Amino acid sequence: MDVLAEARGASRRFGAVTAVSAADLVVRRGEVVGLLGANGAGKTTLIRLLLGLMRPSAGAVLLFGAPPSISARRLVGYVPQTLGLFAGLTVAENWAFTSAAFRNPGARVPEAIAAWKNQLVGGLPLGAQRQVAFAVALSHRPEFLILDEPTSGVGPLGRARLWDGIRHAAGEAAGVLVTTHNMEEAEQCDRLVVMAEGRVVATGTADEITAGRTVAEVRCGDANRAFALLDAGGVPVQLHGSDLRIGAAAATVAELLSRAGIEAAVEIVPATLEEAFVEIVSAQALGNMAGDTA
Amino acid sequence: MSWGLRDVRVRRGQHVALDAVTVSVDPSRITVVVGGDGAGKSTCFQVLVGLLQPDAGTVDRPAKERIGYVPATAGLYADLTVAENLDFIADAYRLPASERRRKAGEIIERTGLAGARHRLGGKLSGGMQRKLAVGLALLHSPELLVLDEPTTGVDPVSRAELWRLISGAAAGGTAVAVTTTYVNEAARGSSVILLEAGHVLASGSPEEILRGVPGTVGTARAAGRPSPLSWRRGASWRVWAPAGRLPDGVQPVQPDFDDAVVVAALASEPGR
Repeated sequence: MDVLAEARGASRRFGAVTAVSAADLVVRRGEVVGLLGANGAGKTTLIRLLLGLMRPSAGAVLLFGAPPSISARRLVGYVPQTLGLFAGLTVAENWAFTSAAFRNPGARVPEAIAAWKNQLVGGLPLGAQRQVAFAVALSHRPEFLILDEPTSGVGPLGRARLWDGIRHAAGEAAGVLVTTHNMEEAEQCDRLVVMAEGRVVATGTADEITAGRTVAEVRCGDANRAFALLDAGGVPVQLHGSDLRIGAAAATVAELLSRAGIEAAVEIVPATLEEAFVEIVSAQALGNMAGDTA
Repeated sequence: MSWGLRDVRVRRGQHVALDAVTVSVDPSRITVVVGGDGAGKSTCFQVLVGLLQPDAGTVDRPAKERIGYVPATAGLYADLTVAENLDFIADAYRLPASERRRKAGEIIERTGLAGARHRLGGKLSGGMQRKLAVGLALLHSPELLVLDEPTTGVDPVSRAELWRLISGAAAGGTAVAVTTTYVNEAARGSSVILLEAGHVLASGSPEEILRGVPGTVGTARAAGRPSPLSWRRGASWRVWAPAGRLPDGVQPVQPDFDDAVVVAALASEPGR
């Protein structure tokens, strides 16, 4: 079976609020899918639907080809951002507890975390804690893994090691769903699903999502003055060192600056994933506001 | 006047939390300190604002009342409303009535909190809390603004708004120091310090750091690790060749910040 988890036009309403609206999402074996969205975009509700922790108000959700059930959840591994470990227990004790909960006693503590076996989880650096949480979530050999910001806040080498593990798990025939605000993590994924206001508003690889999106990069002698001027004019300007990056029309920007006597070179450059994300999500919010007032 | 730390050393028992760390923070400029957990970012800023005495080195900072500081985990009163938070800070700094009205109004507008004036600080979303905290630190128009991880855990839309607020302070002449765990935020600074385990791995302008990546960085799509000095980037691998010669089948790439950080960490590993 290729598809591990799937939402087909899934919606979930809470009273008058629609948290998830006709969302489509597929996670296949062997791939790492990134689920992106601002706070309140509906990511957590969609995951709860996939896990069967709540039922959709409309549409369908399938986990391993059937409506989510307790037995299907045995094949799911989950690492929340808060890690879900017992800080007051050692690494080995955490491992033993989870193994027992999944009726998998006697499983050996894996090599990757064996060095910290007898240390309290609460005393380990964050990178090590994340590694332990990941190993523990894999202890029952899940086929579908959900990871919430798995490498945020971890130093460069710890981060590289964690992604090594995540990719290895995907290579071992699991499917992985990563939810994150961190665009460096998003760029590690094979495919991205962007949510805004309960809807899926973009899907594809990072390159597909940024394709065709541009920003104006402005170089000028006095970036601070140019920033202050454009900012006061309501232009969505961002300062990057001695350059400005702007998601608005370049012609307008050049004119505004030249009217203020600021000489600037404006170049149209490809948007970063973060810039593309902000543009997509803001456009959705504006569209909804227009819909509300109509 | 420029502020900052020079050759600062901080010891915590046997552990060296900061070793020969130099950070310079200049008026109208943003200095970004990038590092993961345990890098020493918070220690560095505690020394900068005077909460912690270094064991060695020198610190230049303005008088306490000319500093605005937002620690990593707070920066507002959870049980006061947005308006009460602003009033309280304005009282603490004895801002004259006219200035208080003007600045508070400006901050409410810039942080997009107009609709949340009467909500408790603790009931705001994470992104709104961080915006309010930065706004409160700006209320008394400090000379030096010190922000410890203002954007951690904040969604990208709120992050963009926070950076506009921060950049606005620099554009107005404030010297700004910011820490972040998001490597790509390094590009926001005119000066960047890569910190890891209490050591400065690299520092300079974003361009200088990218130009200064030693050796060659390459990319390869391979089933297994192409060399011991390689790490994952999505479905492919990044490879670092310190002497410049990449293994066969590895295509050279222009290193980005993420590469610069990993290479700097690899280069500083013992035995290299």
